[in-house]
Amino acid sequence: MGRRALLVEVESTERAQALHAELLRLREAGELPAVDEIVPAAVTVLVDGVDDPVALAERLRGLEVPEKASSHAASVVLPVRYDGPDLTDVASLWGTTEEDVVALHTGTEFRVAFCGFAPGFGYLTGLPEALRVPRRATPRTAVPPGSVGLAGPYTGVYPRTSPGGWQLIGQTDAVLWDVTREPAALLSPGTRVRFEAVA
Amino acid sequence: MTGPAAGGVLEVVRAGALTTVQDLGRTGLAHLGVPRAGAVDLPAHRLANRLVGNPAGAATLETTLTGCAVRVRAGRPVSVAVTGAPCPVRIDGRPAPWGTTVRVSDGSVVELDAARAGVRGYLAVAGGVAVEPVLGSRSTDLLSGLGPEPLSEGVRLPIGGERGWAPHPDIVPVPGPPVTELVLPLVLGPRDDWFTPAALRLLGAGAWRVSAASNRVGLRTEGPSLERARGGELPSEGVVTGAVQVPPDGRPVVFLADHPTTGGYPVVGVVPEEALAAAAQAVPGLAVRFVPLRR
Repeated sequence: MGRRALLVEVESTERAQALHAELLRLREAGELPAVDEIVPAAVTVLVDGVDDPVALAERLRGLEVPEKASSHAASVVLPVRYDGPDLTDVASLWGTTEEDVVALHTGTEFRVAFCGFAPGFGYLTGLPEALRVPRRATPRTAVPPGSVGLAGPYTGVYPRTSPGGWQLIGQTDAVLWDVTREPAALLSPGTRVRFEAVA
Repeated sequence: MTGPAAGGVLEVVRAGALTTVQDLGRTGLAHLGVPRAGAVDLPAHRLANRLVGNPAGAATLETTLTGCAVRVRAGRPVSVAVTGAPCPVRIDGRPAPWGTTVRVSDGSVVELDAARAGVRGYLAVAGGVAVEPVLGSRSTDLLSGLGPEPLSEGVRLPIGGERGWAPHPDIVPVPGPPVTELVLPLVLGPRDDWFTPAALRLLGAGAWRVSAASNRVGLRTEGPSLERARGGELPSEGVVTGAVQVPPDGRPVVFLADHPTTGGYPVVGVVPEEALAAAAQAVPGLAVRFVPLRR
């Protein structure tokens, strides 16, 4: 991508997470040339700020990436009040009850596949493909911070007030993003996440 | 941003249409969704800093079209320099030179008038604008809401106490803003195969104009629609500064400093960094042509 970046395409989100973890490991070990950014996404990993992207591409072609990203990544539990305005719609999209939506959402171990949209917003994977839901036909102009939503194969939590089209099923008081905190982001790529129902 | 500072303060007298604090931006945080931000015209920002003896990473003020005015309150004379979009510069109402080092007395008002050409002006002050850094940068990031608010009248910005070297510029190379046409080299990919051969030929035809909706996020264009060779959605992927993203309306958007870190529309090509200063200075209505380059 351009003259200073490399976009590595893989076959699945799991592979992108594994490649991202491996690139971080190589950088930590001093076995990667200097780069500015390593950005995982749905089925790609972007490496930006590379002096010689062609040489790096050549090198990565022969790279053995472990099958799955390491499970030693950080783990977070998010307490959620499942009272979102779209809970009923999600239940009907899933062909089940609101109670079952809560049970499925709290019973899944998620992992942050990648971040984007806003600082600290993580795209969480883990739900089965059959449960993917469409975005709202008309996005809301202001979704409050802490809103827990679903869209496509992902679930996620809005870090701050922003427009958004995700189906909102609940609300958490957890602070997803705080620039005065170290680290600022509660969720970063690789973080494992569980949701817990609270009254 | 109140209270005494070692180096004094800049007091905002006239904020202008949009004036922000900018430096080289935030790097290494794109994986958390944090844009780079930083000066849109980086060479002009660096030059302004050189002219007052600052390191390149010191913060400057970035103006938009209508300039700004600040009063220097430092208890001593201070060096300032204005670069970027050419504009009349005035110190206490009297004409002063643009593009070179100017010593101003304590209490003086430094004013950048409306740009004669181009969009973004840079005002550097010796010691730099020393607002508190956020995640390692003093940049205002309009997309994410990070860093200081855009300037408003009456705000006092601390001047850094750190002194650089005394600058002695003889000749200052200043690239002018594009006048009749913005010509942007474009390294094709990674998703040029999402577009028809006719669409790729169209890129070089000079068929677009700079849209008034352009901002620090991106240079938007008006004109014909780039025809897609394949439909469907692109899964979200990382994007770089200079990436030319094509939303469903088919009009190319050149991503500038505040661009999102991941996007879901195909990137037809990337404008190399050295060509982005011209994009930063392209006024609405200016003709735009891409020069596609095979890697």
